[in-house]
Amino acid sequence: MTGQLIISGLTIGSIYAMLALAMSIIYKASEIPNFAQGDMGMISTYIAYMILVVHGWPFWMAFAGAMIFAVILGFLFEFLFIRRAKEPNILNLIIVTLGFQLFLYGMTGWRWGSDQRRLGMPFSETDTINVGGVVISHLGVATILTSIIIMVMLWFFLSRTKLGLAMKAVQQNPMAAEINGIPKDRILGISFAISSVIGAMAGMMIAPITTLDPNMMWDPLMKGFAAAVLGGMTSLPGAIIGGYLLGIIENLFGFYVSLEFKSVVAFLIIVLVLVFKPAGILGHHYVRKV
Amino acid sequence: MDMKRDYYEDVQLLHGKTARFWFFLLLITLASLPFIIKGYYVYILSLMAVNVIVALGLNLLVGNTGQISLGHAGFVAIGAYTTAILMISFAVPFIPAMIAGGLIAAFFGFLLGLPALRLEGPYLAIATLAFGLAITTVIGRVGFFGGHMGLSVPAVRFESLGLTRDESVYYVAMITAVLLGIFARNFLKTRPGRAFQAVRDSDIAAAAMGVNVSYYKTLSFAVSAFYAGIAGGLWAILIGFINPGLFSFILSILYLATVVIGGLGTILGSVLGAVVVTFLSLQLENVQTIPGIGQLLEAFSKQFMTLSGLPNIVWVLTGLILILIVLFEPLGLYGIWSRIKTYWKTWPF
Repeated sequence: MTGQLIISGLTIGSIYAMLALAMSIIYKASEIPNFAQGDMGMISTYIAYMILVVHGWPFWMAFAGAMIFAVILGFLFEFLFIRRAKEPNILNLIIVTLGFQLFLYGMTGWRWGSDQRRLGMPFSETDTINVGGVVISHLGVATILTSIIIMVMLWFFLSRTKLGLAMKAVQQNPMAAEINGIPKDRILGISFAISSVIGAMAGMMIAPITTLDPNMMWDPLMKGFAAAVLGGMTSLPGAIIGGYLLGIIENLFGFYVSLEFKSVVAFLIIVLVLVFKPAGILGHHYVRKV
Repeated sequence: MDMKRDYYEDVQLLHGKTARFWFFLLLITLASLPFIIKGYYVYILSLMAVNVIVALGLNLLVGNTGQISLGHAGFVAIGAYTTAILMISFAVPFIPAMIAGGLIAAFFGFLLGLPALRLEGPYLAIATLAFGLAITTVIGRVGFFGGHMGLSVPAVRFESLGLTRDESVYYVAMITAVLLGIFARNFLKTRPGRAFQAVRDSDIAAAAMGVNVSYYKTLSFAVSAFYAGIAGGLWAILIGFINPGLFSFILSILYLATVVIGGLGTILGSVLGAVVVTFLSLQLENVQTIPGIGQLLEAFSKQFMTLSGLPNIVWVLTGLILILIVLFEPLGLYGIWSRIKTYWKTWPF
């Protein structure tokens, strides 16, 4: 039974890991927790829904359409709003992301109403594979595989390509990066675009499990933050580990302690981690200089 | 000209005869309004008063102490539920129940303030966000709190004074709002109030000057939560029915939006923000009925959007205003107001 719980924890955990990864990328680059992350993913999922269900085009086109939309949305958000902030302190930037979140939430509600819809994926959530007594649905396999593919691609991008190295340079020391001729603002825009794509993938994986409606991302968003905090906001491997750990802990808690209060676990984890090890599992503790 | 000669002149509530005159005129207007307008408009004014209270408290925390809270709906929920349960199960009269609600919210604010000591900016935002979500989850799952179905709150009516239900709630809410407003204004000029601003501007410098940063941070959370709790009790009797869905994450953001739109760190800003945001959100809920724009938006929705989703325009506009305020007018409505004031004071120069 525990094995089963861990496997289903891994499935949901890979979604949290994706969201945590998306947040960490932006947080590392700009120290902004992007509260619009969830709803950016949500609206991209709606685009996929439009292409797939309303127009009836094949799945790969819906997927590609949603990804292209997510890239444009992420880049535009940075270009139009984050870049223009007058006094870019953390509080103001958080408020900008919250404003954008409200804006997207309202636009989605206006365009598609608050009805709960179903996003049909080519992977079934009822057909299962049985591996040594542990049952996992096709969708679960697809979710775990997607998250792993994203991680490998991101690792390759950050450590093997010029653009990825430029992103790392900006994260480590923005001023030195600029002196070396790296366009800081454009790199930040690209960071937002990448994180938006990862968020959109997480959204598309959540939609078949829950339903597609404007409120669907609130809970996963909070879990994603919890995962990022658990792993250490400044560490990408930490975000992944945090995501999987949170999924597993949450599932075990739901089975052995209380199913009703399963969603409070994330809050407890945030508070406990912040009190006892604010840097998270893999993050570096951040000491502010005067 | 703002020339101050001694300390007591600096801390007094109202400067000069003009300010005193306008202040008492405002009080008289507020007291006599229920005799002039009736029904729904009294309800709107009460709702504004409730939101003014939340905004005052949140502004003390965000604007004056520089700590962010995305979980204020959680404190409002605690106040509302405490008041409702004390009134239903223990037959406590409304005013003590409301104050108890405020105190319990303040206690939770103190508890949330404890981890907040070690957190800054983004981490604090996440922790408070999680707190707000956790509170509504717990309330929704426990049968004692009425679960998802909610609770209906007993009506409050001061019959001996010859007031209707709406008017009773109006007077309680307005008097509380005015009292808490005056309290906030005075509080900012005391030692704790100035310590709050020192913590906001630089907590390291404040600590070096002998300000007990952890004490004032938790105090700020507790005071802010007290305001929210009181407002929660008032809101509960105003709408007569509460359920966990009311106190969502979106409501917390709306409260933060109120403070930012009004102007961070000013009392007048809290009041302006709460009045404007309440008015806007009530108007935009029935945007179709506004002449001119209504039909236009209706046609636009039919063509490109859905008609049933049109009330969501509240969020679209609030979100846009929030972003634009941060980008172009960081002091909010208060900034606009003070610019107009300076223009006329120094006219024609």
